This record gives sequence, C-alpha cells and structure tokens, in this order.
Amino acid sequence: MMLRTALFLGIVILSGTLGEICVTRAMKCIGEVKHFSPRIVLPLLGRAFRIGWMWLGIALMALAFYSFLALLSWNPVSFVIPASALSYAVGTLGAKFLLGEKISRLRWAGVLLVCLGVALTWVG
Amino acid sequence: MKALRAKTHLMVVLMVAFSSVGTIFLSKGMKQVGSVSFSSPAAVTAAFGHTITNSMIWLGIGSLLIFFVAYLLVLSWADYSYVMPAAATGYAIVPLLGYAVLGEAVTSTRWIGVALICMGVLLVGQTPPRTTEPQ
Repeated sequence: MMLRTALFLGIVILSGTLGEICVTRAMKCIGEVKHFSPRIVLPLLGRAFRIGWMWLGIALMALAFYSFLALLSWNPVSFVIPASALSYAVGTLGAKFLLGEKISRLRWAGVLLVCLGVALTWVG
Repeated sequence: MKALRAKTHLMVVLMVAFSSVGTIFLSKGMKQVGSVSFSSPAAVTAAFGHTITNSMIWLGIGSLLIFFVAYLLVLSWADYSYVMPAAATGYAIVPLLGYAVLGEAVTSTRWIGVALICMGVLLVGQTPPRTTEPQ
C-alpha cells in the first residue's frame, strides 16, 4: 500500500513538473501574449496546440492528474498535498536546467518557503 | 516591467481562484466515486466510468480549464519558476477563508504554513517575472 502511494506520488511530482515545463516551452515559442480579446487569444492558443511540446506536456500532465485523483481516493487530501509540495523544488530545478531561467537566491528562498508552507498548512 | 508585473499578477489571481475552486470540486467528486481499484482492467474501466459521469468532477474540470487558459497565457511571457510558487497563494487563501468566513478552527501549525507561503510568495514577487529573452 505504501509502495503504491510512493510510486504514484513520484509520478505526480515528476510527470506533472515535466509536463508543465513542456507546456512552458510551447508557450515561449508562441511569444508574449499582449492583447486578451478572444479574437486574438484563440488563434494564438490554436497555434500553441500545433506545437509538439504542448501535446507532450498535456500527456504528462494528464498522467499526473489521473495519478493525483487515484492518490486522493486512497489518502486524505491532508496527506496528498503536503507530500506533493516537493513539486515546487523539482519544478524550480527543471526551470533552471531545462528552460534556462535564472533562479536568484531570493527566488530559491521564496520557493523553499512556499514548499515548506504548503506542507505545513495541510499537515496542520 | 511595471506593466509586465501587473498583468502577471492579474493572471496569477485568476489561476489561484479557479484552481482552488476546481480542486474542491474534484476532491468532493472523488469522495463520491470512492476508492479506485487497479486490481483488473475491468475495475479500472469501471472507476474511469464513475469518474467521468460525476457532475462534481465536470465542475472541477471546467474550473481547471479556465485555470489552464490563464496559466498558458501567463507562461507566454513569465518564468515558470515565478508563476509556479506565486500560484501557491491558493494554499494560504483556503485556510484564511475557512477561518474568516466559515469560522473554522485553524491550528497553529497551519497558521505557520500560511505565513511561510505568504513570505515565500512575497520573496518570489521581488524577483523579475521574466529572466529569459522573449522569443
């Protein structure tokens, strides 16, 4: 039972983070959205959905999503959320090494506080 | 930079609102569906069927779709490592609302968690929303 939970938790964290990184890469290919009327946003999103990174990202996020639902059916949400808070640290590492974002010490400190805070709000 | 920060914050607020509501619907829906069994393909199919016919799950998915559009838009200009922790504000808002609106008891550990999230988001908010060159 513990092994099953650990396995699915790993899938939620890794697959979810990688999926979000792939989606970020796709949106960076589109460029900055500057106007928010549906006539402009919808074709832009249409273009984004013709990029392979977007579909890979969605597939990985879907895997993470269904694993998250399965975890919620076996465990209380007060366990699932703090346990998956590690995603923030894993995601920041991914942003640095896969997307080339510059993570300052200040941002790292913020991410780690958020990580710890998310875990505590649900443990408490 | 000011305009970039303002539109990033607006999108993060939309993301937080719709993802919080969506998660509550999904959690309620999965409690109605019950424990998911992976013992056989038939059991998985049955669980999938129960999940996709549950109205709470669809309300959750609808909310999360709006969240996803806001998320996609903000990622077109802002760093993933900026948006992701900023969106965690939702974890601080839910206990705050529970205390202020519903009068729920909030443990001291949870208050410490809320304070840490707020401090973390404030720190991330001090950094520039974009550290890579726009394409």
